[in-house]
Amino acid sequence: MSIPSENTIRIYVMGSAYEVPRGLTIMDAMEHAGWRFTRGAGCRSGFCGACSTVYRHEGDYRLRFVLACQTEAEDGMYLVQLPFTPAPRVSYTLAALNPDENVLLQHYPEIARCVSCNTCTKACPQDIEVMDYVQAALRGDIAQTASLSFDCIQCGLCSMRCPADIKHYHMAQMARRVYGRYMSPITEHLEERIVEIEKGVYAEEVDALVKMTRGELEEIYAARVVE
Amino acid sequence: MREAIARVEATRPARLQAGPPPAMTPAEREKVLAEFHPDYKAEKKRELGIGVSAGNVVPNEVADMLEAHLLVDPAKIDLSRVDYDVDVLIIGGGGAGTVAAIFAHQEGIPAENILIVTKLRHGDCNSTMAQGGIQAADRPEDSPAIHYIDVMGGGHYENKPELVQAMVDDGPEIIRWHEELGVMYDKENGEYMEAHGGGTSRKRMHSCKDYTGKAIFNPIRDEARNLGIPTLEFSPVIELLLDVEGKAAGAITYNLETGEYRVIRAKATVLATGGFGRMHIQNFPTTNHYGATADGLVIAYRAGAKLLDMDSVQYHPTGVAYPSAILGQLATEKLRSQGAVPINADGEAFVYPLEPRDVEAAAIIRECWSREKGIETATGVRGVWLDTPMIDEIHGEGTIKDWLAAMWTMWNRHGIDITKDPALVYPTLHYQNGGVEIEADGETSVPGLFAGGEVEGGVHGKNRLMGNSLLGYNVFGRRAGIAAAKWAKKKKSKIKTLSLQHAVDFEQQLADAGIETDLQSPMLLPDYRSKSVLERSLGRFI
Repeated sequence: MSIPSENTIRIYVMGSAYEVPRGLTIMDAMEHAGWRFTRGAGCRSGFCGACSTVYRHEGDYRLRFVLACQTEAEDGMYLVQLPFTPAPRVSYTLAALNPDENVLLQHYPEIARCVSCNTCTKACPQDIEVMDYVQAALRGDIAQTASLSFDCIQCGLCSMRCPADIKHYHMAQMARRVYGRYMSPITEHLEERIVEIEKGVYAEEVDALVKMTRGELEEIYAARVVE
Repeated sequence: MREAIARVEATRPARLQAGPPPAMTPAEREKVLAEFHPDYKAEKKRELGIGVSAGNVVPNEVADMLEAHLLVDPAKIDLSRVDYDVDVLIIGGGGAGTVAAIFAHQEGIPAENILIVTKLRHGDCNSTMAQGGIQAADRPEDSPAIHYIDVMGGGHYENKPELVQAMVDDGPEIIRWHEELGVMYDKENGEYMEAHGGGTSRKRMHSCKDYTGKAIFNPIRDEARNLGIPTLEFSPVIELLLDVEGKAAGAITYNLETGEYRVIRAKATVLATGGFGRMHIQNFPTTNHYGATADGLVIAYRAGAKLLDMDSVQYHPTGVAYPSAILGQLATEKLRSQGAVPINADGEAFVYPLEPRDVEAAAIIRECWSREKGIETATGVRGVWLDTPMIDEIHGEGTIKDWLAAMWTMWNRHGIDITKDPALVYPTLHYQNGGVEIEADGETSVPGLFAGGEVEGGVHGKNRLMGNSLLGYNVFGRRAGIAAAKWAKKKKSKIKTLSLQHAVDFEQQLADAGIETDLQSPMLLPDYRSKSVLERSLGRFI
């Protein structure tokens, strides 16, 4: 292998060295080097959590945690992907549960094992205050748990690092659903509109539109008043 | 680049004062589309030579896939050994597929008689990546009729009317279902915070910050898991099965990790395989997930399903043009619906920021390649500015970080602060406007085969509006799931002897038409290995 030049960098994938062009994401760099992913690549835009990646820099003791599709590869990165987290989730019936302050603790009692070490927060590639939402869940503050965890993409790195074996991202998903169903206010006009549609208030108007010629529709479209 | 940004900053106060440029007239729209939209380049498309929609014009890349050889010789498949025998098979573990599974179950099919098969993980899909919002006409100022007009005009009046009617009528009910699932929609004082999208005449875009896709899909997936619906991951379908009567009868899957095939027999089959972004039509980068390779079109076409509107491709106006590491990733339309305006190299606003997507994209291409007012990066990519700092100027400091958190994070990871500096953007391949033709309940032209989500054709005509893909997958995933369950309960859905004769016949049609190709399909996954690796590759374990 040649020495890295101005336009290339050297990365180490599971210990093996590769020379790749500068300016690629970790995912693109690995593909450039010859990988063809089945695991470890999903949306490729930072929303699905398939490409959780752990790395450290040459000469540094510290492990860092990123998404391979969102992070530029740098010279001297020692990389490994962790695209699957064997974390159990608890099944529940949202419509039937009692959404009181104990609901998260009842379903995920291991959150009580939290030792406030903040390792989960340090592992989060989304920069979520993970430990803070676990503490909120322990206090029974569902709204806070839901709000702090909103950006979670369920990559699982928090649960892989946790010394207490908490299943943060599954618990937080439940918190967001409980909040959304029971604590977020209902917009009244939604229900009114559904009743109107069921009663057929708009049926005649839409039926008429469905039967219109292109020319007739063009006229109506051109006359639209944009709010 | 700092000098170029200074020109944007210099005109910003006056532009904030004046407001955005006016919208184009219909004639102006037609002109910019005809001259600059990639869909209007006749040489980039061709007629299909074989199959039930022979004569339809499709992009060359799609024609190549539809007119390719089978991935596997049917003679190698033993159909006498059935591995899974279910009532409803759902192909695709994204939005439409998961919604279909839940509603098939609600319609009375036990969870264990439903099976979702998916190419990658349950949830590796475009649905989870959507950012800006979902349309539904629920405000008193709005109505299903107004939504209908917006959709038809945006789609150039070529949408299937009864599908648009189904979508606008079901919209509010879908939002209520999401509320029951616990989706956290953005609200203020108990009201939805509804915004415009490109081509809307009323504010009807419901959002969950700029994580709308994830915030809707994840509770849906969570619900499917609560219901215990079985899922087979890393198992793309390589061919549909018919029975000897020509009814849809299941599928053959291929395990990406072990290489084994599986035979699935099903009374009803729902196709929910998504779109084709990873085929990189006309070499565009794409916003799409890794598995968006048109597999559903390929297998359905061989089984005799008709296609519709496959000549039309959606290029999202604003993909990332810089930094190159994330080239083509999505810069949500919500940035424009919250006030950001596209700006050229001279610091001028040159287009109304919320034209329908095809018009907006064409105007940006014109600015870069005809008027020569684009900004060129060190790697030779051209783009225009999206003046994101306007958002906080209009709505107050903190708006971007609070309500466009995903966008802020994406650029911040590369050292760009969009609250302070504009972002460089250019159109990117985003959506398959057409697909497998459906009727209002998701029926295709093959008995027992239903479709929903991006793979279907007819809802969006020649151009989809923002927020109608999330709505569309919910509406037609639900309708397809219910229709599949009803079909599976009928006596006439009983499967006779399984057959792959249609695939054998398809190979014969290729030969008869004199089509010579080295390609095989479905593609399953794109191959991004470098040329230097491929030149020396001996294959895995030889």
